[in-house]
Amino acid sequence: MAGAVIKCDSVYKIFGANAKKMLQEANGNVDAKTFQKMGCIVGVNNASFEVSKGEMLVVMGLSGSGKSTLLRCISRLTDATDGKIYIEGQDLLSLKNKELIELRRNKMGMVFQSFALLPHKTVLENIAFPLQIKGIKTEDSISKAVDMVKLVGLEGRENYFPRELSGGQQQRVGIARSLAVEPDIWFLDEPFSALDPLIRKEMQDEFLRLQEKLKKTIMFITHDFDEALKLADRIAIMKDGIIEQLDTPAKIVLNPATEYVKKFTEEVPREKVLKIEDVMEKPNIENLSDLKVLKDEIIENVAEKILTQEKSVAVTDVNNKIVGTVHPSKIIHTVFGGRKNNS
Amino acid sequence: MELLKKYPKLFQWFFLLIVFFALCFAIDVPETYKFIRVQAEFIKDPNQSTYTLFGKEVRYYAFDVLWRLPPLLGWLPIWVNDSLFFLLNEWMPMEFWNEDLQEYKTRPLVLQITRNITALMTFLIELIREILLGGVKTVVAFTSWDWIDKNPWAEMPGLPWTIVAAGAVILGYKLSGKGLAIFAGLVMVYISVFGQWKPSMQTLSFILVAAPLSFIFGLTLGVMAYKSKRVEKALYPILLTMQTMPQYAVLVPAMVLFGIGDHAAVIITMVVAIPPMILLTLLGLRAVSPEVIEAGKMSGCNNWQLMTKVLIPTARRDILIGVNQVIMVCFSMAVIAAFIGAKGLGWNLLLALNQLNIGLALEAGLCISMIAILLDKMSLAWANKQEDYFGNLTFFQRYKNTLFFAVAVLIGIILSYVGSFYLKDGYNYLYEVPHNKGISTAAFWNKGVDWIWDTFFQTLKIFNTWLITEVLQPMRALYLRMPAVATVVLVVGAGYIIGGIRSALVTAGLVLFIALSPWWDRALVTTYMATFGVIASCTIGLTVGTLCQQNKYTTKFMLAVCDIFQTFPSFVYLIPVMMLFGVTDTSVLIAVIVYATIPATRYTIEGLRSVPAGLHDAASMSGVTKFQRLINIEFPIAFPHMMLGVNQTIVFALFMVIIGAFIGTEDLGQYILKALSDKAGGGKGLILGICVAFIALIFDNLIRTWVQKRKKHLGID
Repeated sequence: MAGAVIKCDSVYKIFGANAKKMLQEANGNVDAKTFQKMGCIVGVNNASFEVSKGEMLVVMGLSGSGKSTLLRCISRLTDATDGKIYIEGQDLLSLKNKELIELRRNKMGMVFQSFALLPHKTVLENIAFPLQIKGIKTEDSISKAVDMVKLVGLEGRENYFPRELSGGQQQRVGIARSLAVEPDIWFLDEPFSALDPLIRKEMQDEFLRLQEKLKKTIMFITHDFDEALKLADRIAIMKDGIIEQLDTPAKIVLNPATEYVKKFTEEVPREKVLKIEDVMEKPNIENLSDLKVLKDEIIENVAEKILTQEKSVAVTDVNNKIVGTVHPSKIIHTVFGGRKNNS
Repeated sequence: MELLKKYPKLFQWFFLLIVFFALCFAIDVPETYKFIRVQAEFIKDPNQSTYTLFGKEVRYYAFDVLWRLPPLLGWLPIWVNDSLFFLLNEWMPMEFWNEDLQEYKTRPLVLQITRNITALMTFLIELIREILLGGVKTVVAFTSWDWIDKNPWAEMPGLPWTIVAAGAVILGYKLSGKGLAIFAGLVMVYISVFGQWKPSMQTLSFILVAAPLSFIFGLTLGVMAYKSKRVEKALYPILLTMQTMPQYAVLVPAMVLFGIGDHAAVIITMVVAIPPMILLTLLGLRAVSPEVIEAGKMSGCNNWQLMTKVLIPTARRDILIGVNQVIMVCFSMAVIAAFIGAKGLGWNLLLALNQLNIGLALEAGLCISMIAILLDKMSLAWANKQEDYFGNLTFFQRYKNTLFFAVAVLIGIILSYVGSFYLKDGYNYLYEVPHNKGISTAAFWNKGVDWIWDTFFQTLKIFNTWLITEVLQPMRALYLRMPAVATVVLVVGAGYIIGGIRSALVTAGLVLFIALSPWWDRALVTTYMATFGVIASCTIGLTVGTLCQQNKYTTKFMLAVCDIFQTFPSFVYLIPVMMLFGVTDTSVLIAVIVYATIPATRYTIEGLRSVPAGLHDAASMSGVTKFQRLINIEFPIAFPHMMLGVNQTIVFALFMVIIGAFIGTEDLGQYILKALSDKAGGGKGLILGICVAFIALIFDNLIRTWVQKRKKHLGID
């Protein structure tokens, strides 16, 4: 893809004394167990993918699956053991320290699980920090920080210290800080995992609102499959350092590639995830009911209407052009069929 | 047998004690043995044996090897001394430009370096001293004495005390607010009114050089140790020894290298103050969460920015404790360094103590303590300061502190000028209250001491005699009765049981060093005094700490008391005990107990506080009484932390025992004090200091290893 902002080409990250040598000997065929016997731990195993401009890739995996390590390779907080990483066509691993700092100062922002705010600085100073590091004047950086405070809705708390804020508020500061330099690429490392469920939902909605407005290229790490489904354009599911499947949420739910992925998808309420277009069939003009539904509708929202019909329902795009049909039985099958105790 | 299977360690301890006592009883005291009261080194005794190693003749009293090991390391102090001498006077002679003679002269490298350091330190101290007190030496440094003679006007005018006091008040206000301002004002007025201005400013000038330098060096080295494992590994053993080395002991070798005077005092203070600074910096930097570091990197910090803007500020809490320690050590050293000629309050304090003028000593001691507390609070406030970006300040508001200070300077100058007219015949009190011309309460205190002596003489005397004859003497005799071999077996065995082979080897090395030095008997006496102090301190600390911990307010109060007591320079503790008990061992021991009770109490409270609240609730729901909870839940969990307190107590007690040499003891400390006035004392002082440090390190190693195992066992960290 020409417009790929982030591109990974068989990236490996192996922790251990002579990881590099062992990797060469293994010739790309890395087996976590044999490596572990030799005293090496495999963090990321042959990861290749691209993220295009304005896309949100969610990397999902349980703890120890290597998802955070992958993110740190791409932000070069750790150096990948092998492989190529390109940021907007630039070879990340060949960058000199100065160039890397320049890249981080202008193109990258990152949000952390435990917020990672500087305890000695106020909300405002924390947000202004990356700007001041860049060498921007105090006045300008503070006025920019004030804008960011408004963006994340923390007005009135500018002079609070992180310890005086709730978890949700702290993460808002973290988000504001990561956005202060107006980066193109936005890394989020389990940003909402440390928050209470209700706050988490609120923050997810807030996050979607922000992304709607800002259209950043995003890599988002989570261990929560529901969160991944809710936010992602595409999801990469990782296990033991390997990307098991990388696809759109709908395709992952409908066609889990491995047994491991299937375990996650089984419990997912499909009607809440899938859109009509995900289940529609080829347009068949004959024998349609009078009802028409938009292809972008979530199944849950139109299921009741469709199920009252006996014949297939026409699916249209925004221009009212029929692009497919869906039969009520298909809806029933999607929602209730294919589950463990039914099959 | 069941019991032994359940507690295998118990059996090991039991066995060790049996071996120890068996050895004690099996090895008889040699008939020729007596505790040598005079320094064997200075008297040639026909009973002494000699041996020669590396060309050094070592004299010693020979005993059965089982009773006392021969001083095989006896050549070490002499050798160290000779090496120092060689380094200083013969090694690497080089040509150096001599400013005074205007020609190149040959000088050994080390001598030149130490002379340069000396010159720099002296200049810094004089500069600050003359800003505060006035003088000509700073001007001389840039010109010459001849020039000064020709230009009598060229003199640094000292600041009138009113200006310094106003400066302190404004600084206190700016840093923290009214409270600190009032306190600063009170301290300054007290110093001035009581005629301690000059010595106080001398001490202050010494500290204003020593503390910042120690801070900078300590921080830099700490950062280096954080960045490089190799530096850390190289520094660690030195730091550990330095932390347990009594401050006296450093005086001697430093005196050899740098001579005597304020500059040597600054250097010694730095040597003592830097290690805790390094350790605390390292500790703080290690504790910074990796995510914060990553956040800094992702914000585009380069290495320098990451260190100065992210790591160090985030580790601020520990680094501040380091600053605090540095200030404490500086004040503590301000007194001890008076032994090698540092001027100021410490000098006055020593002089007063020497003359047994308790009242005068008390005044000087109070001054030091008050300045110490003031600087401590100021440094804390400074580090916690916050900037306000929104205040829409007018010019006046923004610079009001500077303006006020300018006004104060003006008023101060006018006042002292006016004063010079009105107080013509006497002293210009508005410029500086001269020493001994202020109000002195010394007479009052001395009368008080006399009264105490008159009234309680019998009681005190009876107590004193009882303590010495019934407790101290027998205890000392017991310690001296231990054959060297039995002691070594006991220590190494304890090391093995607690920490396995590794600990056994470490403790063996430490104890053998002491046993093979010529001062084993002295080390035993030091240990006996420290043991007595530690037992008493721990009993008091544990009781007081536990009682205070039962209530939130008493806890807070006690911690505050500990804070204040910790700020007192260690020497100050000798004053009240000398008031009560005169010049006896009891005085030293009471001072030891008071001083060492601070960490015992603090750690007890902290340990009990660290017991998780969940456990409290769980225990309460099981229906325990308060006492049961304390015994069954809180003590076992808090015990590891409390043991660290015991560790600190041992170090504190040893420090005080050594300082007690000033009153007159017969232990290692006395020898260190003697080495101070000995021409070839450098090596001796150092080795003696290392002996004391090693006593502390033996306990340190045992306790730390045990605590680590216990913590792992309890699953707390």
